[in-house]
Amino acid sequence: MSTFVYMTRCDGCGHCVDICPSDIMHIDETIRRAKNIEPNFCWECYSCVKACPNHAIDVRGYADFAPMGHSVRVRREEEKGTISWKIKFRNGKEKNFVSPITTKPWGKFIPKLAETDKPNQGEIKSQILYNEPKGLNTKKELPTVSKNAFKKGVYY
Amino acid sequence: MIFSNPFSILSETIPSIAMQTFLITMVVLVILGTLVDIIHKKNVKYFFENAKKAKKSATRELGTGEKVSIITKTVVYDIGTTSELGAGKRRIAHLLGMYGTILFWIASAVMILCYSSSTSITPSVWPLIWHLGAIMTVLGGCWFWFFLRVDVYSEAQPWYRIIKADLFVLALILTSLFGLIWSYLQSLNLEDRWDDKVFLVLYIVSNLVLFGGVYWSKFAHMFYKPGAAIQKNLAEADGSRDNLPPEADAPEKFGLGIKREAPKHY
Repeated sequence: MSTFVYMTRCDGCGHCVDICPSDIMHIDETIRRAKNIEPNFCWECYSCVKACPNHAIDVRGYADFAPMGHSVRVRREEEKGTISWKIKFRNGKEKNFVSPITTKPWGKFIPKLAETDKPNQGEIKSQILYNEPKGLNTKKELPTVSKNAFKKGVYY
Repeated sequence: MIFSNPFSILSETIPSIAMQTFLITMVVLVILGTLVDIIHKKNVKYFFENAKKAKKSATRELGTGEKVSIITKTVVYDIGTTSELGAGKRRIAHLLGMYGTILFWIASAVMILCYSSSTSITPSVWPLIWHLGAIMTVLGGCWFWFFLRVDVYSEAQPWYRIIKADLFVLALILTSLFGLIWSYLQSLNLEDRWDDKVFLVLYIVSNLVLFGGVYWSKFAHMFYKPGAAIQKNLAEADGSRDNLPPEADAPEKFGLGIKREAPKHY
């Protein structure tokens, strides 16, 4: 599957170019609208589909396994903090979902890493991630996996 | 300069019938270019087929009055204020360019068709609209060209990189700019000096590129975009919504809204 752009809806704002983690959403040189320059490299992450303010991007399934007109479309309303999905199955059945984009005020809980202490080598080599265990709302010591228990053939 | 009709002054050297023929030729070129564009790209055929397909998933039938009301609202708000561009610099620049161009073209047509003979007296409002329209087009176009073009703003391309998509905006800016310079030089009474004649030729050439290059440029988006906006709003109203989910009825627990950042993280 890969993304494609409805040219009548796209206004060339660049949000998809900005957000694409594969850097495959680019601006067409003839009509200055967005396009997927390398559909084979598309991860179907839906980042661009969700970011598009004009709902101009859709994802298509390959005709060999999605031949009967299914549809997965999304409407992201950032001012409301919601993301809605409409799933249309091949047999015409529809399902609608609404979820929060975030349950916390945006930006308030993002750690300001530049202002925190630099981790020492012990912390870097540790299996404990940043802000653990405090970030998991626990004071308990977290379990670790001994390196000897790792899969054979994988060396660290 | 701003209150004098440049075409009336020009009619002392070029007959007004020649100017009127040029104007009609430009209109014919736009019609021909758009038709060839439609036939070659099959975009209108695709558009109507898609709209027909979307209509099948409509949840309710729209009455004629409702359709007229939606279309009117779309023309006034969506098209008249280019609402799809959201709030911000892109929209202001587009509005400047759009209304500037409309004023410039209407004033050009009126002055050429009605007041282009050396004996006619042009009401001062038309030259004023013509010059104002040209200035607005140059301002909006240059703002877009140098700073707001998506390939410059979001893709970090240098402003001097010219691609085929620039044909329309560049031709538009140059037409208005050359028109203004020509009008200014002509108003100086340079006694047969070359300056104004050079800019008159540049003005004519840029017009030929703008209106003759419809097939190769983005000119026809002026016709397609309003059609797409009307189809989008009709689809929202009849419930088909191009398969999009309906707008969320957000419960309070979903938290605060998010302010979108400008796409400039290259």
